[in-house]
Amino acid sequence: MSTAHTHAHAAGHEAHDHHGPEKGWRRWLFATNHKDIGTMYLLFSLVMFFLGGAMALVIRAELFQPGLQLVDPGFFNTMTTVHALIMVFGAVMPATVGLANWMIPIQIGAPDMALPRMNNFSFWLLVAAFTLLISSLFVSGGGPAAGWTLYPPLVLQTGNALPLAIFAIHLAGASSIMGAINIIVTILNMRAPGMSLLKMPVFCWTWLITAYLLIAVMPVFAGAVTMLLTDRFFGTTFFEAAGGGDPVMYQHIFWFFGHPEVYIMILPAFGIISEIIPTFSRKPLFGYDAMVYATAAIAFLSFIVWAHHMFTVGMPLAGQLFFMMATMLIAVPTGVKVFNWTATMFKGSISFEPPMLFAIAFLFLFTIGGFSGLMLGVAPADFQYHDTYFVVAHFHYVLVPGAVFAIMGGVYYWLPKWTGHMYDMKLAKVHFWLSVIFVNVLFFPQHFLGLAGMPRRIPDYATQFADWNMVSSIGAFGFGLSQLLFVYIVFAAIRSGERASDKVWDTARPQGLEWTLSSPPPYHSFEVAPEVK
Amino acid sequence: MSKSMKYAAAVLAGCVPAASAFAAWELNMPVGITELSREIHGLHMLIFWICVLIAVVVFGMMIYSIVKFRHSKGAVPANFDHSTKAEIIWTIIPIAILVGMAVPAAETLIKIEDMRDSELTIKVTGYQWKWHYDYLDKNVSFFSTLAEESNRARQKGSGIDPSTVQNYLLDVDNPLVVPVNKKVRVLLTAGDVIHAWWVPALGMKRDAIPGIVNEMWFRAEETGVYRGQCAELCGYDHGFMPIVVEVRTEEEFEAWLQSKQADGAETATAANSTDTSKTPVNGAASDATAIVAKAE
Repeated sequence: MSTAHTHAHAAGHEAHDHHGPEKGWRRWLFATNHKDIGTMYLLFSLVMFFLGGAMALVIRAELFQPGLQLVDPGFFNTMTTVHALIMVFGAVMPATVGLANWMIPIQIGAPDMALPRMNNFSFWLLVAAFTLLISSLFVSGGGPAAGWTLYPPLVLQTGNALPLAIFAIHLAGASSIMGAINIIVTILNMRAPGMSLLKMPVFCWTWLITAYLLIAVMPVFAGAVTMLLTDRFFGTTFFEAAGGGDPVMYQHIFWFFGHPEVYIMILPAFGIISEIIPTFSRKPLFGYDAMVYATAAIAFLSFIVWAHHMFTVGMPLAGQLFFMMATMLIAVPTGVKVFNWTATMFKGSISFEPPMLFAIAFLFLFTIGGFSGLMLGVAPADFQYHDTYFVVAHFHYVLVPGAVFAIMGGVYYWLPKWTGHMYDMKLAKVHFWLSVIFVNVLFFPQHFLGLAGMPRRIPDYATQFADWNMVSSIGAFGFGLSQLLFVYIVFAAIRSGERASDKVWDTARPQGLEWTLSSPPPYHSFEVAPEVK
Repeated sequence: MSKSMKYAAAVLAGCVPAASAFAAWELNMPVGITELSREIHGLHMLIFWICVLIAVVVFGMMIYSIVKFRHSKGAVPANFDHSTKAEIIWTIIPIAILVGMAVPAAETLIKIEDMRDSELTIKVTGYQWKWHYDYLDKNVSFFSTLAEESNRARQKGSGIDPSTVQNYLLDVDNPLVVPVNKKVRVLLTAGDVIHAWWVPALGMKRDAIPGIVNEMWFRAEETGVYRGQCAELCGYDHGFMPIVVEVRTEEEFEAWLQSKQADGAETATAANSTDTSKTPVNGAASDATAIVAKAE
């Protein structure tokens, strides 16, 4: 790290006399620099990725063969619940926020985020949130075990972990909302002269739309869990039929948040892929305007499809028909995105550096997740698929080789820019191939399990499901262990490595403003706004 | 048709036996024994093949681009960045495909929601962690819990190999018995938390929600024993409340019903007491029984 620091420091001096980074812990605790905060978000996300991953391995170890060998069913339920909460709110979302912090200011030619102190607050609030959530594992009555969806009445049987988990969600939600406000204000006010909205890099566009989704739905989720809190401790009966409430109402409120939440995780990933593919295809992004409109269309549709998560609760026929058709409609703008990425590669001149490998894997595997999503959207078929491993396979395909691969591709894409060092490309390719093979060994058999009738969220299963479960568990351990390589590659590059040029990638593209800065960029960049033609 | 599809899927996945007797390495949804389950299976296969077709085209283009336009082979990049014609085409075609899928799906959905003319109504109530069946107006009701043998084997550290237990985790003490070729309407509710009643061969799953009565129907066309599980996370022993449905001929069903009715009020009492002894570790059985007593 020392070289990176001195370089950044020196560059900082040139640009501005007394504004280098602070020394020691003060630099991080009181951080207001978008690059420092971005780094902290990314490291936090990495820690959570491994913590959530360890929980997934507990699950897969127990499911390695039929019978209960390692954990009791209560702890198993806690693992499925907390694994999901950590991966969604602790790993994927903070990773995309970290990328936003690092990249948005230097992609739009701004000196920093618009609201740097709020930026600091929103990061440290996240740390507080996860301290609370993880401490909920150690209180009497055990950790949260009702699934990450926290359906009442089951969730109201949780012991002392419930208020801890709910406050953790409140804090994480407040953190997300602040982050979202910051991103919107930065993008709308601090673009370099000449950079009209439709000249922005697509990553900024996807994040702008994501930020609006966050502001729209995080308060809804906060409201839902607050009602759980008062139902549990203050005698209200929002979700209890005996008191005039309705347990299904919770599901409607939750999924009104929950479906846009899916896109909050995947839209920034779309943005990253839209940056990587043109660079390594040496060709401009195909259909930029269509990409932006498709993203906006997906965001809009995400608000009117929520009940496809709950076809089995017994809705009126008209409701089922509406939600089925609205859901199928999402395939259209999503299809446009996949076709445009393919058209970007078509007649390009493609090379296969690690970011491109991850982007190509994303194209194939996210599309498979899209197909299973389409199948799940067909209501009558969903009556068979619902709450089986088919669903587990579906959302892991869109989230792991989807969102997570895009994030890793993004890290491999911008890491030389951040650190000024090239990483070990050979090793990164090994990491890619291990990941892409094991992720399929892990999740593809889960389609078969679900179709054959295995429900999700069960700690033990009938013997006919044994074979594919064993395969899936082997894949899980292979995938989990492969990620240690990622950590090694990233930290080795932070420490040392071949010097990266300003452009980093020798492809005549990339053309964004971030590539006009030195690698690593100065601590304070674009103090004088660049001109965009 | 569906058998050959199954076989094709197996070959595609490069896997060994397609559909062995043990259903191990099973790849696809079973067809089921009701009209609805066949229609749903048909829809499932229809969408599956549509997806395969789209995948062949899209993945084909991707693979073609990756192979043909390699920098290492000296490919020179073109410089186009849009084509309105292409974009209109690949917006319109998917919409047409979706409409083609939505029509048969809507037809099936309408059938699924048609509860008229049922010949037998059974109220199913989910409890942590067992099912209660009540044949409305027939004076027959009983609990159905995980079979003793499975229950012993599934305890942590039991030392019993699950493969030695017949129908491990999919067997109960008192199965639900229904007549063949009769439209059975199922009313679903729950006594504590949300459960979901699902027998794949019948083609349907629906949530059992406390305070709400849901409904669904099936008409089993083949006699036999069909197994399923609770499909909505319902707490500690969610994985251990299976469902077994025995489809019998009408005469056999009537005879079974009469013998149950003859047991009379004793049925309920007997079922309750065996429950208490059977329900594992958590001791929630007595609570659940108490709730039933109140409800009735």
